[in-house]
Amino acid sequence: MINYHKAKKVGISILRKWIFIFLVGEILFFSIVGTNYFSLNNIQNILVASTIVLLLATGQTFVIITGGIDLSVGFMVGFSSVVCAKTMVSLEAAGFSQLLAITIGILTALLSGLIPGFINGFLVAKLRVPSFIATFGMYGIAYGFAEILCNNVPVHNLPTSLGSLGHGYLFYWLPGKIFNFLSKPENLIREELKNLVSIIPNVTVITFIFIGIFAFILAKTKFGQHTYAIGGNINAAERAGVNVKVHLIKVYMISSFFASLAGVMYVLQFITGRAPAGSARLIDAVVAVVIGGASLSGGKGTVMGTVIGAIIIGALETGLVNLSVPTYNLHIAVGCILIFAVLIDQFSPELIQNEGEI
Amino acid sequence: MEPLLEVKNITKRFGGLTAVDDVSLQIYPGEVIGILGDNGAGKSTLIKVISGVHHAEAGQIFFKGQRIKINSTMEALRIGIETIYQDLALAENMDVYSNIFLGREKLRKFLGLVDVLDHEYMQSESKKVLKRLEIEIPSLKNKIRNLSGGQRQAVAISRSIYWNAKLLIMDEPTAALGVPEQKKVLNLVKTLSSQGVSIIIISHQLHDVFAVATRLIIMRRAQKVAERITKKTSADEVVSLIVGSLPGDYN
Repeated sequence: MINYHKAKKVGISILRKWIFIFLVGEILFFSIVGTNYFSLNNIQNILVASTIVLLLATGQTFVIITGGIDLSVGFMVGFSSVVCAKTMVSLEAAGFSQLLAITIGILTALLSGLIPGFINGFLVAKLRVPSFIATFGMYGIAYGFAEILCNNVPVHNLPTSLGSLGHGYLFYWLPGKIFNFLSKPENLIREELKNLVSIIPNVTVITFIFIGIFAFILAKTKFGQHTYAIGGNINAAERAGVNVKVHLIKVYMISSFFASLAGVMYVLQFITGRAPAGSARLIDAVVAVVIGGASLSGGKGTVMGTVIGAIIIGALETGLVNLSVPTYNLHIAVGCILIFAVLIDQFSPELIQNEGEI
Repeated sequence: MEPLLEVKNITKRFGGLTAVDDVSLQIYPGEVIGILGDNGAGKSTLIKVISGVHHAEAGQIFFKGQRIKINSTMEALRIGIETIYQDLALAENMDVYSNIFLGREKLRKFLGLVDVLDHEYMQSESKKVLKRLEIEIPSLKNKIRNLSGGQRQAVAISRSIYWNAKLLIMDEPTAALGVPEQKKVLNLVKTLSSQGVSIIIISHQLHDVFAVATRLIIMRRAQKVAERITKKTSADEVVSLIVGSLPGDYN
């Protein structure tokens, strides 16, 4: 009897972590079937390729936990990338130093990205517009404004030093010789360049700093607790004295902040600003959140789960490229995983879903 | 003895409809009273006036002899009047102690910098209040979703008690429960009363009210038609008063 109970306990805790096991299995599969899949370079590629989905999904996690959805982030990335790139180009043209132009460009993009979030939150919380409608409206508005700002053409000629930031790494290591922090060693001969190991892309560092901060907020603070409470029972939260309206506005602002940050990361990675940038990532982001254990009816989800969900998609995408499978197959695979995740959520016994005592 | 709460000549109208008409009542510390009446008799409106949801057009409310005005539910809570509605207002996706502390979370400093939730404190305090009320719940980390109706009721009650409720208003506390669960909730009501908490119960189930309340207030068509000591009346008489086949005392 005791053994049976123990086995059940182990089984349940494994099922609860199925997405983690899925990710490990996926990486194992591609490592065996693909070429050079399990290498430092490729793992870093997966992380870089997942940047936008990771950021969008982290913000989206907050919204989905409250029982809403934020569709506007699809075009918020493009809007923010255009604002960021435009500001940098015009400041540099006006004679500002590159460093100043880049800094002000990034800050402008992040700050202006808060406005659509505020409007979304206001519509949802105060005027009781369904989040699907409010943010879908903002989705179109953000795209239109982005196109107006950039006159329908991608923004080019950005400050040249942007590349060293966006394509740079945290550490550079030439075995036995050099270990540099942040700056790429110069004047290397071809042989040395080949052996140079670049560790942790800057873009990934920035991404995970913000994800870490907000994972902490969601899991450990009163703000996070109230986010779950609103998703569980909005009336109960209200009667318990939670300022639900203000809280919801903040949640939508978090989501649009992450979308703007994704836009800035897009500029750093691709050294351009485009209105439709990242719009295809909206669905991936929602899928990542759902795979990560959140429910669209609200009340559950974690940033950690979302991160794994996003990396599952990134690893799959990289894996298919590695196997030279046409990438449209990715959509089929992601679609299947999404449906699978929702089925697991619906049909798994209560025991598995509840993190409390067994 | 001074009443804990006294309402005098309360009248509440919704447009042309008088929902509560000139009703007065008192409740003493540790007393359990029942408000009985048919649907639409004005019971719910009356307690909503006391719990700050509705604002009465006429009448006065005294708490421990002091004239008070209850303009919002928050004000009622601050005074010590807690209402447990039928829906219980619990977040089902959260655990027991998080619900007890919802909206009033205990925080501690993390690394001396940021305020984070103090789970240990909230758990141990919740354990204490559950113990005081002799409530058995398998684990404080259980999600409300996994609890029975009676256990949920108990959690909602413990939350009020932890935050120092002096007067507890319970709207149909046993309506959604099975028989053994009903008994547990009624026992809990007795425990609370013995600890000095006053309780107003609104219920359709005469049996429950007879089991715990010492005094009954019967309402019909917005008016208080009778007041009875439970021991000196019978279910038959009360039903007759509710449906109006017996004339009330005040008309």
